[in-house]
Amino acid sequence: MGEVIDILLAVSFWVAAVRIATPLIFGTLGELICERAGVLNLGIEGIFTVGAMSGWMAVYQGMGLWGGVLVAVGVGMGFGLIHAGFTVGLGVSQHVTGIGITLLASSAAYFTYRTVLPDVTSPPRIEPFEPIAIPLLSDIPLIGPALFHQTALTYLAFVSVIVTAWVLYRTPLGLAVRAVGENPAAAEAQGISVVAVRTGAVAVGSGFMALGGAFLTMSAFNAFFFEMVGGRGWICIALVVFASWQPAKALLGAFLFGAFDAFQVRLQQSIGAAIPYQVFLMLPYLLSILALILVSRRAAYPRALMVPYRKGER
Amino acid sequence: MRLEPRESPGLGLRFAAPASAIVVALLLAAIPLAFAGAPLATAYAAMFDGALGSVFALTETLTRATPLILTGLAVTAAFRAKLWNIGAEGQLYAGALAAVVIASHAWSSSPFVMIPSMMVAGAAAGAVLLLIPTLLKTRLGVDEVVTTLLLNFVMLLFVSMMVEGPLQDPMSMGWPQSEPIVDEAVLPELVPRTRLHAGLIIALVAAVLLSLLINRTRWGLEMRAVGANADAARFAGMKIGRVMVFTAIISGGLAGLAGVSEVAGVRGYVTLDLSPGYGYAGIVVAMLAQLSALGVVVSAIFIAAVFVGADSMGRAMGVSSYLADLIVALSLLTMLVAGLVARYRIRWA
Amino acid sequence: MSKVAAAPVLRLTGITKRFGPLVANDRVDLSLGRGEVLALLGENGAGKSTLMSILFGHYTADEGTVEVADGAGSLKELRHGSPAAALEAGVGMVHQHFTLADNLSVLDNITLGTEGLWRAFQGRAAARRRLKTLMDDSGLAVPLERPVGTLSVGEQQRTEILKALYRGVRILVLDEPTAVLTPQEVNQLFDTLRRLTQQGLSIIFISHKLDEVTAISDRVAILRAGKLVGERETKAVDRGELAELMVGRPVELHGRDPQPRGVEVARLAKVSVPGPRGGMDLKSADLALFEREIVGIAGVSGNGQGALAALLSGLAQPSGGSFSLFGNTVTRFDAGAFVAGGVGRIPEDRHRDGTVGDMTVWENAILETYRDGANQRAGWMRIGAARDHAKGLIDAFDVRCPGPDAPIRLLSGGNMQKLIIGRVLENRPRLIVANQPTRGLDIGAVAFVQDRLLEAKRAGAAILLISEDLDELFQIADRLAVIHSGHLSEARPAEDLTKRQVGLMMAGEGQGAHAA
Repeated sequence: MGEVIDILLAVSFWVAAVRIATPLIFGTLGELICERAGVLNLGIEGIFTVGAMSGWMAVYQGMGLWGGVLVAVGVGMGFGLIHAGFTVGLGVSQHVTGIGITLLASSAAYFTYRTVLPDVTSPPRIEPFEPIAIPLLSDIPLIGPALFHQTALTYLAFVSVIVTAWVLYRTPLGLAVRAVGENPAAAEAQGISVVAVRTGAVAVGSGFMALGGAFLTMSAFNAFFFEMVGGRGWICIALVVFASWQPAKALLGAFLFGAFDAFQVRLQQSIGAAIPYQVFLMLPYLLSILALILVSRRAAYPRALMVPYRKGER
Repeated sequence: MRLEPRESPGLGLRFAAPASAIVVALLLAAIPLAFAGAPLATAYAAMFDGALGSVFALTETLTRATPLILTGLAVTAAFRAKLWNIGAEGQLYAGALAAVVIASHAWSSSPFVMIPSMMVAGAAAGAVLLLIPTLLKTRLGVDEVVTTLLLNFVMLLFVSMMVEGPLQDPMSMGWPQSEPIVDEAVLPELVPRTRLHAGLIIALVAAVLLSLLINRTRWGLEMRAVGANADAARFAGMKIGRVMVFTAIISGGLAGLAGVSEVAGVRGYVTLDLSPGYGYAGIVVAMLAQLSALGVVVSAIFIAAVFVGADSMGRAMGVSSYLADLIVALSLLTMLVAGLVARYRIRWA
Repeated sequence: MSKVAAAPVLRLTGITKRFGPLVANDRVDLSLGRGEVLALLGENGAGKSTLMSILFGHYTADEGTVEVADGAGSLKELRHGSPAAALEAGVGMVHQHFTLADNLSVLDNITLGTEGLWRAFQGRAAARRRLKTLMDDSGLAVPLERPVGTLSVGEQQRTEILKALYRGVRILVLDEPTAVLTPQEVNQLFDTLRRLTQQGLSIIFISHKLDEVTAISDRVAILRAGKLVGERETKAVDRGELAELMVGRPVELHGRDPQPRGVEVARLAKVSVPGPRGGMDLKSADLALFEREIVGIAGVSGNGQGALAALLSGLAQPSGGSFSLFGNTVTRFDAGAFVAGGVGRIPEDRHRDGTVGDMTVWENAILETYRDGANQRAGWMRIGAARDHAKGLIDAFDVRCPGPDAPIRLLSGGNMQKLIIGRVLENRPRLIVANQPTRGLDIGAVAFVQDRLLEAKRAGAAILLISEDLDELFQIADRLAVIHSGHLSEARPAEDLTKRQVGLMMAGEGQGAHAA
């Protein structure tokens, strides 16, 4: 018990929790935007990977950090547009296309990395984003360093949640996005182009996913490793359900998840070898499944999620 | 642009669709090849040669095709009933672990006892792993896509725990590798001095049996009805939950058999790199085959040829072997378009 | 005399539309005057909805032009296939199936698409003010903040009309607007429409019901098999002539044909059925069904008919009361067991529940009986036998289809329904649960279905007929009950009831609707 309290009172624990949560915030927001518009994006895992690789690669080739971020977002949106072209434009299976995008994006990332750097054995590093302390706020005990002494990308994640929530609930564009996810025929009857809105949402959502990947290589690990995404994308899909498709709850879910993950790492260190380390590594995945089980009964899916819309089909 | 359903896609179109998808995917592979700086004509020729150019290449391709046929069948069975099993990778490892547990000690001297019991155990392990998300779906309404995906990671960690723990080979000097299976459990070679093994026979028999099951039996009728229209199936008196469980046992079992076949036919033990994504590639195999069990055999051989050909070309010309994964992913996407063209007439208005 | 000549606001010229081999519209010419109500009359499948979908840009016409008057009154050709262009030109449409997003509020549904997408915030307050004025002027009252899914069907329809008015439409198309309303709600709708035409709105009113058409319209245009077969001033036409123009052939509809009723087949005593989201869809219902009798259930859809049908079909389990079937209390709620025991079920939605579109005709023909020894042995399907059996069914019930191996999705609604009816009747069921068996069928198919039900009744079956069409119920049901918000009234002989009484009960106002 004492160990648990020690962990919870350590500043490093809270800092780590927010750091782990950041890519999940981006990924969950991205998936949420796609699904609100009615498109399941199982390309997320691959888009994370390609975002991580391309952002890192751009910086490694001499670009600035923000230039790298832009490259990652652009590449992510590109894969998002492919996904949208198939699922929105052609109306083929969202499940299968998504898996296809994940296979394509991750193999493209690996292929590019191997082709550009054929001979490296240990992954080369870049100078990552440095934490920025926000004056005054970062002096608050525990919360201060956790929330206000982070890298720019973490702050961007917080801002993204607010902007996404505002757009979804307060603007005509957000209404259009929600409408095409609830009843595309209703939106079309009001003169809204379902194809355009869905395509746009998937592209923007995929851009967010790539940002999540870019955070991994440009803010957390400073290098690109194979398999480094390790299911984060799939966890984000579970988090979207857990968050009932609401941005604020997505933030909460990602943070809870980050806290749990940071906690299990520390618990593992203090318990030592009594329990195989793999058990701890399994916990995040099992927790995601548990979260799905807990909310599945009351999950209120966007009505048109996974329903392709073809204009004038009869 | 608008789509009009075709009356019924002719037989020609059913073959032309995947064939053209594959051709387009191979042509698109020219982009990464050019990026890698490989001369295109030589590269394609090397790929073809490496996959089909000699008896040895052919046996390598068929060896690779064996697990792909089984995971492709696993996906076919599941997708026919719209059970979105994306967890064949994990189920393959479950089957492989079970095979090692059963066959690492010579408790019988007869391969006729050892091999079947290993297969039954492997299939059962794969089935159990898929039953968890299936029951969560039918009982609690939990979406199986995410749970099957996440269980792949859990299973891989479990394998890691086993091969560094209770199942670790004492002779491996700390390397994460399981004990080997005994000789009585090893699947016989089909062609002397190659890796091609009797797993291929198992896979072919499984394809024929699954095809009969789907098209000729009442259980297949139920699976197809539930997959195509669950509401109508329920109305007609079918038990959706039971059909899903039955499907999960078949699908998980087939994926588990893929693990057994790899352990007993190729490796002899389990490591963490037993499968280079056979479970995920199974989805591509099944989609290329348009969810036809017999078609899976053909499309698995094609995908295997891509892997083997790209591998050998890559070694010869210094192109990353991830090219194979790229081609496989591309063929899945091009097949989706080809499938659409086969079902609909596209009108430009 | 004609308002058209004075000021046409809409002109369709030579509209042709083909769906594969089917010609849905064949060189249709039509015009509409300011402040006029034009009724578009035709059977199901005559091409009315297609024509209007073309006007509204949901479909693109293969030939022909659509012209709409601009603000100054001169006709301008409308861009093809663009709902946005139609909206901009002042054309609004209320579809038979509402195009509303259930989880969004009324206000959001109405303002959707009316503001520039890139504005930083929605002008909700201004929209609310404008809608208040609109509601006062038109007499259409709807709670603006409620999610649409929680509204009654009548309120949803008012939302649809408001949606169009909010956009300032000058032409409003109503597609079968009365199908989902009680007779009293229909009168209310007609009052609103008269008020709106006085304010200058032009209306196209699509219907296949002669009495409504003559009650509301100034002029009637009649479509048959995609062709415009006549145009008449409403004042100067009699219903017989309209009916003949619409149908093109005399169709004999058979009446009630009372029989001495036989033994009791099913009895519900205080039976409740829970709904999917808590609460009861069917509340403490009492009902007895007898051989050689048709009991009709009237009601606006969504008032518990689904739960009642599901219960008698073996698809739902009651949470209270007792339910006996063929003299035994039911303990196993299993659709397969119900079918085997002699219950025939005709589902409400033949595409969703009745057939598996991608499976063949023969597979659909045995969908309920595939476990029988005739169709399988030890799990092996007897495909030859099943196909022969399907061929017999196709002949006996006049199912027009390419053959038993064609996917059933290629069949027309009427032929699909014939196959379902055949599948049900060939088992000689003792109880038939028919939920909206004639909805969406053309008049020939309607007569076919009704005749088969009457025949089955004469042969001894008990029939529960759930319908939204009061004419149909009064035509063939022996006894009638009304269902309203889950309460089932006592079933009384049809000749003792009037349409007005039943209409009031459907709205939850009449006596007996809330009988204990």
